[in-house]
Amino acid sequence: MSAAATQIRWLEECDASSVSEVGGKCASLGELIRMGMAVPPGFAVTTRAHDAFLDRHAVREREAELLASVHYDELREVADASERLRELVEQLELPEGTAAAVRAAYEQLCEGGANQPVAVRSSALAEDLATASFAGQLQTYLWVQGADAVVEHVRRCWSGFFTPEALSYRHRQGIAAEDARMSVGVQRMVRARCAGVLFTLNPVNGDRSKVVIESTWGLGETLVSGEVDPDRFTVDKVTLDLLATTIGAKQVERRPDPAGGGVVVADVEAGRRSVPSLSEEEAMALARVGKAIERHAGRPQDIEWAVDADTDEILVLQARAETVWSQRERPPTVQKRGSALEYVLADLLNR
Amino acid sequence: VPSEPATRTFPSPFDVPAPAGAEDWRRLYPAYYLFSEERREFEEDKFWFFDGLHNPEPVYPFDAIMTESWWVFLNQFLTRVWQVPPALGIDQRLVNGYLYVSPTTIDDPEEIEKRVPVFLERAGRYYENWDEIYEKWVGKAEDCIARLRKIEFEPLAEIEPMETVTSIRGTTSAWDIMRLYDELLENMHEMACYHFELNMLGYGAFMTFSDFCKNAFPDIPDQSIARMVGGVDILFFRPDDEVRKLSRLALELGVADALVDNEDPDEALKAIGAVQGGDQWLAALEQAKEPWFWFSTGPGYCHQHRAWIDDLTVPLGAMRGYIARLRAGENIDRPLDEILRERERIASEYRELLPTDDDRSAFDETLGLARKVYPFVENHNFYVEHWHHSIFWNKVRDLGKVFEAYGFFHDFEDIFFLHRYEVHEALFDMLTAWATTNPGRSGYWQDEIAERKRIMERLRQWAPPPALGKPPDAVTEAATVMLWGITTDMVEQWLDAQEGDGAGDGAASALRGFAASPGVVEGPARVITAVDQLDEVELGEILVCPVTAPSWAPVFAKIGGAVSDVGGIMSHAAIVSREYGLPAVVGTGFGTKQIQTGQRLRVDGNEGTVTVVEG
Repeated sequence: MSAAATQIRWLEECDASSVSEVGGKCASLGELIRMGMAVPPGFAVTTRAHDAFLDRHAVREREAELLASVHYDELREVADASERLRELVEQLELPEGTAAAVRAAYEQLCEGGANQPVAVRSSALAEDLATASFAGQLQTYLWVQGADAVVEHVRRCWSGFFTPEALSYRHRQGIAAEDARMSVGVQRMVRARCAGVLFTLNPVNGDRSKVVIESTWGLGETLVSGEVDPDRFTVDKVTLDLLATTIGAKQVERRPDPAGGGVVVADVEAGRRSVPSLSEEEAMALARVGKAIERHAGRPQDIEWAVDADTDEILVLQARAETVWSQRERPPTVQKRGSALEYVLADLLNR
Repeated sequence: VPSEPATRTFPSPFDVPAPAGAEDWRRLYPAYYLFSEERREFEEDKFWFFDGLHNPEPVYPFDAIMTESWWVFLNQFLTRVWQVPPALGIDQRLVNGYLYVSPTTIDDPEEIEKRVPVFLERAGRYYENWDEIYEKWVGKAEDCIARLRKIEFEPLAEIEPMETVTSIRGTTSAWDIMRLYDELLENMHEMACYHFELNMLGYGAFMTFSDFCKNAFPDIPDQSIARMVGGVDILFFRPDDEVRKLSRLALELGVADALVDNEDPDEALKAIGAVQGGDQWLAALEQAKEPWFWFSTGPGYCHQHRAWIDDLTVPLGAMRGYIARLRAGENIDRPLDEILRERERIASEYRELLPTDDDRSAFDETLGLARKVYPFVENHNFYVEHWHHSIFWNKVRDLGKVFEAYGFFHDFEDIFFLHRYEVHEALFDMLTAWATTNPGRSGYWQDEIAERKRIMERLRQWAPPPALGKPPDAVTEAATVMLWGITTDMVEQWLDAQEGDGAGDGAASALRGFAASPGVVEGPARVITAVDQLDEVELGEILVCPVTAPSWAPVFAKIGGAVSDVGGIMSHAAIVSREYGLPAVVGTGFGTKQIQTGQRLRVDGNEGTVTVVEG
């Protein structure tokens, strides 16, 4: 295996068995690609690359020193240690081989068109598991352009490995410093006409015969962060009939910053707020996507998606196991009875 | 949600004014059919809703035999045969000639408990042996129809036929007519017995499955439930299937032009007979007619809705439509295999989503029973309301012709303006006049009928309010929900509409009804209140009607969507719309009153709303 191959792994080369190499998020994106879903192309900067970076600069030794005296119930102390570790990481250079591999992969991702915008996100080992929500997922950088900027943001993600939340989490979970590492995903940005989340059950009552889609204009982060009232579509999972539509106010949208890198939050014009962000056909197509992913995963899913503004293609950005209803016991619908007649009687009596 | 004052109520049935010029409407009906002072306390305390589903128009005095027969026989099965535990009878009254019904339920748990073992034993026996019982039922229904067909009314002869003398039978043609008339009425009531022998149990089994699904999957569309249960080999699609077959045959035999070019049915048949291959096509038509053209253009409860066999306008019109589509290269077949495959897929996918094995067992049991009873639920309409009732109305006409021939009535159709018990009197009067060769009281009957025609005309102009009396806290009675499609929400909307002075302000407000068939469509409205207006419907229009009948199926091939005033998810409009994949909202209450032909409508068959978007 070449040096580059251990540092970088393309998403289509990832699957569920790659979690230790590329983290949960990138592994699940690889799975989605394998099942035929449209996923924005990208690559993972592997945990090995992260390991090499930490080793090269003896960061783990420094971490051990700093954390040895920390009392984790003293938030101030955790924050101080975090700050010093992050300052350190942000001054360090990526090993030359890693930086070169990231640059080369980015160029390839641009497919000749220079400086294509990408999203750079952390993909930690523990995140995206059904039972754990890990603070490390906070590192997301949108609309990053140019190889230098990509390298820079990979390092920022690695710095985020030392946020106070991440340190506390590892301590709480008893994860030793030498066992902890992080992958970073680099993915082409979607020029999203609209985006959002979908659940393969009704998050309000846990009804598994529904797919509930929330959608808003522009990138989906406005919805995830709660800045907008999204549109809501309820689709029957079995028949794919659109059962209910609620049009939200969709007050703002995230768009690329015309002045350069990153994204800006802009008001949505009044006339566009009341327009449904998805057509009935698109809602049904999304429900079909949700249904397929749920079937593949074997349990209810919480999925982030976007619709490409140029091609109207539905792209899957992330799929996780739904964690709220899936972990509850499901009560029986009716009391078991001896015959169909007894069910008829019970129905007559319970009306 | 603002809290509603508890005092909201519908008008008292005693406070409903008669339309001007029809003050004397009560003379058309027997005393037992009217709200009355001595029952006032009981009657005012009940909730009465307008049964536009079966009787959209004022009930003709003779046609009351239909409503009266279910009044006794449906209720007899409910309360005295099965003792359906919480159910008492569904009562009826006429108001300005329109039928209002009122279901009653038992509240006392002890009383209900007492009825349980009776119900289990009796209903159990029927459910257990359902297939065999249904097979016998078909035999009984066909036998009843065969005996009905044999009833022939002959005009009164100047002199008794010689056969009376040679056969030494001793009885006479006057006696024959009296007996045949009684036999005709008995035959009608016999069919009503068969109708309700299986009806309540059939719907009960369907509803049990439906309630289970709604419990397991809140907001599951009613059409999904119906699709899991429904079969494809349904008799009431047969007439339309025959029409498709005849359309194809017309093209094959080269008689299509003769059919398409002649709007008038008689001229069309004559033109077809004149071209080569025409005889073969006409023979095929004759074959299809029996029994499939005994297909009423209405719900089968009113004599004025003629069957296809009596008036070929509707089936020949449908054939013209199918021929045009076939010539355009379209496929006009119903995708039966696909419907069946979908039915299995939908059922197995919902089943998989259930939380426990016990639920899956309940699903299997209740779906199994619902499917077992469903052939009856879907097919009985053809035997009863279409085949039997259509022949019955024609037999009554034949008796009317005896009156007309003797000069007792001006027109044979006048018989429908007399109640069946009054027909006994008129018949006796005529037979007496004939036997004595002296004048009878034909003048009295003719004057009375003329007055009643005038009154009926006034009653027809009246718009019956959807409900009267005391609204229920919640609509739970099974038949009300299943058969009439009336829900608690609907009652609330009627109360709202009543306060908002309803009808005037159609453009602003959306009408609500049952989401009967999914999808959303926009198009111009076509308001149809009588079957003879059906040929006005143009391609892509939204059909707005009081209620549809199965025989309207061909028009569904043309329209973009359907809206009806009355009906639930198992109503004809709903079933046919699902079959044709058209958005439909049924049971809107006021659709035909608030919507005008030409207005642009948005029909949302997912949400159950109809909005006037323009005009």
